Amino acid sequence: MKESYQNSENNSTKDMKQVIHRKLGLKKLFLGLFFISALFSFSQEGDATAGKALFNSNCAACHKLDKKMTGPALRNVESRLAEEQGLDREWLYAWVKNSSAVIKSGDAYGNKIYAEYNKSAMTAFPQLSNADIDNILAYTAAEAPKKSEATVTPTQSGASNNTSGGVSNTILLLALVVLFGLLAAGLFMVNKTLRRFADEKGIVIEEKEKGKSLWKAFVQNQFLILVTAIFFLLASGYFVYGYLMQVGVDQGYQPVQPIHFSHKIHAGDNKIDCKYCHSSARVSKTSGIPSLNVCMNCHKSISEYNGETTAEYNKDFYDKQIEELYKAVGWDDANQAYTGVTKPVEWVRIHNLPDFAYFNHSQHVSVAGVECQTCHGPVQDMEIVEQFAPLTMGWCINCHRDTGLKIKGNDYYKKIHDQLTAKYGDLNKITVAQMGGLECGKCHY
Amino acid sequence: MKGLYKILTLTIVITTIVSCKKDSRPNYQYMPNMYTSVGYETYSKSDAFNNGVEAQLPVEGTVPRGHSLYDYKNTNEGYDLAKAELKNPLTPDMIDAKRGKELYDIYCGICHGNKGKGQGNLVKREKILGIPNYADRDITDGSIYHVIYWGKNSMGSYAGQLNEEERWQVTAYVQSLKEALTK
Repeated sequence: MKESYQNSENNSTKDMKQVIHRKLGLKKLFLGLFFISALFSFSQEGDATAGKALFNSNCAACHKLDKKMTGPALRNVESRLAEEQGLDREWLYAWVKNSSAVIKSGDAYGNKIYAEYNKSAMTAFPQLSNADIDNILAYTAAEAPKKSEATVTPTQSGASNNTSGGVSNTILLLALVVLFGLLAAGLFMVNKTLRRFADEKGIVIEEKEKGKSLWKAFVQNQFLILVTAIFFLLASGYFVYGYLMQVGVDQGYQPVQPIHFSHKIHAGDNKIDCKYCHSSARVSKTSGIPSLNVCMNCHKSISEYNGETTAEYNKDFYDKQIEELYKAVGWDDANQAYTGVTKPVEWVRIHNLPDFAYFNHSQHVSVAGVECQTCHGPVQDMEIVEQFAPLTMGWCINCHRDTGLKIKGNDYYKKIHDQLTAKYGDLNKITVAQMGGLECGKCHY
Repeated sequence: MKGLYKILTLTIVITTIVSCKKDSRPNYQYMPNMYTSVGYETYSKSDAFNNGVEAQLPVEGTVPRGHSLYDYKNTNEGYDLAKAELKNPLTPDMIDAKRGKELYDIYCGICHGNKGKGQGNLVKREKILGIPNYADRDITDGSIYHVIYWGKNSMGSYAGQLNEEERWQVTAYVQSLKEALTK
């Protein structure tokens, strides 16, 4: 029995091997045919993967595969040129290596494309060899990946996961409500039946005789009343004081902005320095709301979001925000040009010191070298920014008392440091308060 | 029954007071006229100007104090001219490499990479591609400054974020990076 089984197994593996051999043979044949045909149709065939690397480091600054940028889209550029303009690979070699020479030679198509793209000259790439350009062309000739399916599935699964969690929670809660309702109903019924039995049996249930009520005893005890009165006064004093003290404090204030700008994506995921956008924090009183040209420094080439998403903040949502930006700044993404029709964005101010208190960003950021996060909290983790610090006077003062000056390598403090060491003796740490950071006139004038 | 009504009204009043405080709305203020400035504040609205905002551009044909004119136009010819003849006005003792690095890392390093190899964080994350290595490009003081001032192709202008002196500091720092790369 066992032998026969083994035999059959051997037979089957033999069969399989034969099949594989046959298939390999066919493959070789096809490959050979392919190479021969390739040899006839093109002089050389490039390597698309090497081409991708070359494309990303040399061409991608101005060209995308499927979208117009500074220069034209390059998907299938070679076949397109061959069909529409009758230009061959030699022309492309010449163009890539020195486009301005091609233009100067009076080439018709070269001049046309130069004029079409606002006369922005393509950088000459004499360092690229013909083989390099072949590789790049092989990469541009690769078929466009079918993105839509791949991107849709993960978001869908994420969404279903989230909703399923929500559903199970509500189901649990509902089940509990039903359970307790049943219990209450059960107790009520039991009570009712017992009373009925008692009635039938003729047992009289004695109602509890009402003694002196607790309330009356309490009212008659003057000491207890005094203690409770004091307790209530203190407690209400505590809460009223707490309420009055938080008036005018906007800690946790989280307004809805006209464009959903995620600090988490920009400062957190992409690690863009705060001062890249808020550049005036280095040099002026205000930290500066970036004008939209700063957004366009990157978003000229980034027109869609490709990062992490959640059910609420999905790709569509973020893409729409970028569209809003384009609308506000007047950028026509399809034609890669400004329309001139702009619509200022009315951002909602979050941190707002009262007029009677003076605060200067450059003094804290450039001179003292305080991290932005010290006062603004972990903005790089905030999807929607909220006010982190209370911005009360007590909060300012506490920090001025605790924070030591960074004197080393900071010429700004040299003179004052010498004065302070003369006054206090040699100190390890000189706080802001000792330098005069508690004087009223420093902030209120 | 009367007590019940009292309790009900109290709960309604308390809930309304509590629900008045929302995170999407700023809190109440004591004497708001001491909080809000009479004068114009940065970025505030203003009826004084036609476009309704306090921030205005300088009058055309004027130069703000402390600024100077930049004569090279934002064209290919302007670029070539600046590349050929513009030199860094900062003398070697005025060049502060530490500040140049600081500014470079904030404004340029995010794409060009802190070493100037074209491998900044945005490039590594494939958000922006095609940033050249400084070693591969023929750049001069003039061309660097011109590109910071006007931008080039996909790169935007940084004239708003860096002032004239800072732009020259960054230019000097880029040159030092290129030197280190081509060595």
